[in-house]
Amino acid sequence: MSDARTFSSPLDTQSVRADFPILSRVLANDFPLVYLDSANSSQKPRQVVAALEEHYLQHNANVARAMHQLGAEATAAYEGGRDKVAAFIGATNRDEIVFTKNASEALNLAAHTLGASLKPGDEVVISEMEHHSNIVPWQLACERTGATLRWFGVTGEGRLDLSNIEELINERTKIVSLTWVSNALGTINPITSIAEKAHAVGAVMVVDASQAVPQFPVDVSTLGADLLAFTGHKTVGPTGIGVLWGRYDLLASLPPFLGGGEMIEVVRMTGSTYAPPPARFEAGTPPIAQSVGLGAALDYLAGIGMDKIAAHEQAITAYALEGLQTVPGLKILGPTDTVDRGGAISFELDGVHPHDVSTVLDTRGIAVRAGHHCARPVHERFGMQSSTRASFYLYTTPEEIDALVDGLGFVRSFFKVD
Amino acid sequence: MQLDSLYQEIILDHYRSPHHAGLADPYDVEVHHVNPSCGDEVTLRVELDGDVVTGVTHQSVGCSISQAATSVMSDLVIGKQVIEGMATYEKFLELMQGRGNVEPDEEVLEDGVAFAGVAQFPARVKCALLGWSAWRDATAQALAKKEGATNV
Ligand SMILES: Cc1ncc(COP(=O)(O)O)c(C=O)c1O
Repeated sequence: MSDARTFSSPLDTQSVRADFPILSRVLANDFPLVYLDSANSSQKPRQVVAALEEHYLQHNANVARAMHQLGAEATAAYEGGRDKVAAFIGATNRDEIVFTKNASEALNLAAHTLGASLKPGDEVVISEMEHHSNIVPWQLACERTGATLRWFGVTGEGRLDLSNIEELINERTKIVSLTWVSNALGTINPITSIAEKAHAVGAVMVVDASQAVPQFPVDVSTLGADLLAFTGHKTVGPTGIGVLWGRYDLLASLPPFLGGGEMIEVVRMTGSTYAPPPARFEAGTPPIAQSVGLGAALDYLAGIGMDKIAAHEQAITAYALEGLQTVPGLKILGPTDTVDRGGAISFELDGVHPHDVSTVLDTRGIAVRAGHHCARPVHERFGMQSSTRASFYLYTTPEEIDALVDGLGFVRSFFKVD
Repeated sequence: MQLDSLYQEIILDHYRSPHHAGLADPYDVEVHHVNPSCGDEVTLRVELDGDVVTGVTHQSVGCSISQAATSVMSDLVIGKQVIEGMATYEKFLELMQGRGNVEPDEEVLEDGVAFAGVAQFPARVKCALLGWSAWRDATAQALAKKEGATNV
């Protein structure tokens, strides 16, 4: 067993866990579930599932285009989700919230619409630590337009390498798109100061907040971002919904993304005019129940308090960093202290491939992620093909971290590495 | 979900010292296959003499299951006719997709029977098939190449 170490968090994890029935599951061979894969997708509290059920069983209809009473209820429910998202991230105008199907679609929307005005000679700046969802859409936009893709490197410690920022963000830069929190390294990037540099040269600042919105309070009114993307299923909300927030005047200047129902003003066979944001970017029947579920999820998180959730995440991450560093042959990818660091820890275990680590942990009920976590370039940067990742959330307990550390000891003895 | 059924000693032996590892010359075709969801990669070379597999060599990065399966696969196909190798693949595939309900044929699969336990770990079946998919692709290309050459 690992030594008892100190742990203190402002959250009452036991009462939080009571809201998540899945966390009480007992898996194969009588091992209780230890869910350490929340950066991949978080679990859902009863409150979110109840809101989805209530919506589907009592208020279901299409939105806007349905003129009957249920249509009005469904529209109010869908738009209510938009109000909740706006309030949660500090947006002053509800029309700045565009619903998509996930963060990937939100980033593709950004790359297509912002990217439409790129020309040869223009530059787009990303980083080596991005999720593939914030790399590939920009590669495609650059291929379409002849613009050049450039990127920040990553230091040995797993921080953004800002040493060449003056050269990297220059008068040719049109778009800077960065992750706020790295899903592979855990690193929290200095978005506000980079946004200042971007704005100084007239570039637009896009932020991938997929791992940020779940973890700490977000206020887009002071962040410095012009567009910001996140995904519902990582914030204890349902799958099938993502968010693109944008400054209203910027959104209003962008061309449509997908064409279809509800995104138009007038359609003639010779051409159409488009609705103002957010409708311009929401072609077709939107994720209605998912908006209701996301609203309930954000209410749930706000009810607990994002500052407390952030403090818990810090405490559990510190506890895990300490525990993992007691495992012989274990190397952490990214910062090894909690300064500017979120709650996802990727690591390598000498002599055992990450798949084998995760399979052995899985037989003990411990769910982690193994692979490149959709961030292959940053693994390549560290000369690795893949890693094992443990990630935490408001329901994670120190006992679960102890189970992970013990499990890794078992992995080492099973594969006879010493 | 029994670990010992997944990680049989034979598998761990092949993992620790894979057979036919290291790319050899000469060869007819080289392919590079990846498992995009996890990042496992294998580079594999095939040499045929007529319709007989005379050489298979490989170099890979990946987990114990994928490395061991590639090693066992090489043993199984080298020296065999292509159609025999393909038939062995069908048997192995059937075992992998059998969810633990297929009795492996040791006559055909030899050390490959050790992978029976993999079928109970659906996430790992792709690992066991990576080397096979590389071999099938390289062999098909090598045959097509020879076909092309004789038709000239
Ligand atoms: C940093 C980051 N960006 C983008 C995504 C993509 O989210 P989704 O798959 O919901 O589109 C993820 C999660 O997988 C992520 O961690």
